[in-house]
Amino acid sequence: MTLSAFFGFLGRRLLKAFAVVLGVIIVAFFIVRMAPGDPASVIAGQSGAADAQFMAQLRQQFGLDQPVLVQLWIYLKGIASLDFGFSHRVQRSVLSLIAERLPATVLLTSAAFIFSLAAGISLGAVAARRVGTVTDSAVTVLALTFYATPIFWVGLIFILVFSVWLNWLPALGMFSIGQDYTGLTAVLDVAKHLILPALTLGLFYMALYARLTRSSMLEVASQDFVRTARAKGLPEGPILRRHVLRNAILPVIGFAGVQAGQIVGGSILVETVFSWPGVGRLAFEALLARDYNLLLGVFIVTSAMAVIINLITDIVIALVDPRIEVEG
Amino acid sequence: MSGFWKRFASNKGAVIGCFIFAVVVLLAIFAPLIAPGDPWRMAGPPRTDAFDPEHWMGTDMLGRDVWATIVHGARVSLIVGGGATLAALLIGVTLGAVAGYCGGWIDDVLMRFTEFFQSIPSFILALLIVAIFQPSVGSIVTAVAIVSWPPVARVVRAEFLSLRSREFVQAAVVLGQGTTQIIFGQILPNALSPIVVLSSFMVATAILLEAALSFLGLGDPNVMSWGFMIGSGRSTIRIAWWTSVFPGVALFLTVLSLNLIGEGISDALNPRLHDRGEA
Repeated sequence: MTLSAFFGFLGRRLLKAFAVVLGVIIVAFFIVRMAPGDPASVIAGQSGAADAQFMAQLRQQFGLDQPVLVQLWIYLKGIASLDFGFSHRVQRSVLSLIAERLPATVLLTSAAFIFSLAAGISLGAVAARRVGTVTDSAVTVLALTFYATPIFWVGLIFILVFSVWLNWLPALGMFSIGQDYTGLTAVLDVAKHLILPALTLGLFYMALYARLTRSSMLEVASQDFVRTARAKGLPEGPILRRHVLRNAILPVIGFAGVQAGQIVGGSILVETVFSWPGVGRLAFEALLARDYNLLLGVFIVTSAMAVIINLITDIVIALVDPRIEVEG
Repeated sequence: MSGFWKRFASNKGAVIGCFIFAVVVLLAIFAPLIAPGDPWRMAGPPRTDAFDPEHWMGTDMLGRDVWATIVHGARVSLIVGGGATLAALLIGVTLGAVAGYCGGWIDDVLMRFTEFFQSIPSFILALLIVAIFQPSVGSIVTAVAIVSWPPVARVVRAEFLSLRSREFVQAAVVLGQGTTQIIFGQILPNALSPIVVLSSFMVATAILLEAALSFLGLGDPNVMSWGFMIGSGRSTIRIAWWTSVFPGVALFLTVLSLNLIGEGISDALNPRLHDRGEA
């Protein structure tokens, strides 16, 4: 792909990403609007302490005395200037609450995303290479199992087995409390805390990608250019690695990019189970306190995060695959 | 069709899936007979160990019988799984059929709309809908349906795109049938098999979603649910593992059975694909 074609592609993809985020904000706006009753009291009413001042603040944030479209415009303008409103419960701006928790969620979801792709593609490739053998069946059974297991339950079982019974890994949080590690020990400490949550979040998608990779590889393997490679006497290893796998994993990565939103959404469950101090845990706390302003903020920010992951995977695919059409 | 049933019945996984699912359905139907009384009430001393002669799956912190909660919890799982799937099919089939049949800019707009719903964190959207509209079976079914229709729309659209130029459709057009008649009377019946396969996976996903919502405390407060039990046993997992483990196993088996059935149907419908190992 030439440089100018690449920038054209990038521009169009950015525009699409922007449109998705805009759509999310509009959806968030109308969900609150569709709820029965005054939107200000929907948002404030159940966050425990709805004094007159907070209600007035909400009315102003949403412009509730204006026509609906003007209200939407006010809301969009607010979000565009990164004003997600105020969380009455903790007396802080929603933005500062989310910003504080975002790094932990980015760490967890990217670890889970990379693990699920790497493990899924490897398992799928092994299964496709030995199609019809015991290995293939084992991968199939493994994939079926994790594809049917609720991730929050997997998390609990992991805590039970690896923390309570075997005492190998820490169960809760992101750091060891009261240790004040610095440098490398701090990194290792976080890594130790990351293993169980990232596995929990990643295993379901690993199962999905393993199945996709397997069927994608078998499909590519039946195509003519692979027969040609075989006919000219290439050994099986290079055929599978260079001809089949390289072509077969592109749709898997593309699908994973589209699915990024699901992994980000799943982090709510995993962070709740492991008390991981991220945005998902924040959403759960907001849910318990019926702090809808905060919940809306989390919805918008996590959607933006999913869109960015999707964008990155699309760019990676465009760079790796020379055949890709430039009009993304 | 007899070939279909023969192939389906010779698929070991599918038969096991049918068996497990039948057990779950029977539990749900006969719940008041199998575990009489209110599953929320105290049935024995709190934290009775599993494999106790009185309570073979133990009791939780409040003395609720875990087996009774599993029996009754099957109901809401199946209701939400079935209801949300039907609603999602309604949305997905309609949008997919219109997009695939009309093509052009209508197709473009509808597919962008579908893509949008696929690329956002749908679980958080579902959470938001249930939280704001108050948890109830109705709001849960609505939320799950709203986040699960996109795959249906895509599949139905693809089917319609390939079927709409076929001769029998052209014949119907020439005969002067209306658009609605052609879409629902001519094309849809021929596009049913992928929809059936997809439905069984959708019921499974819907059951998982309901469990996840209840786990986070967004279940219908009037009905017993597996997700609720896993969530309520979470804080005591160190001292009473059975309260979270058994409802999770029930959930796993139900979802697994539906996935096995879906794959069985898919393989039986496309025997050629299966032989090539692509099922």
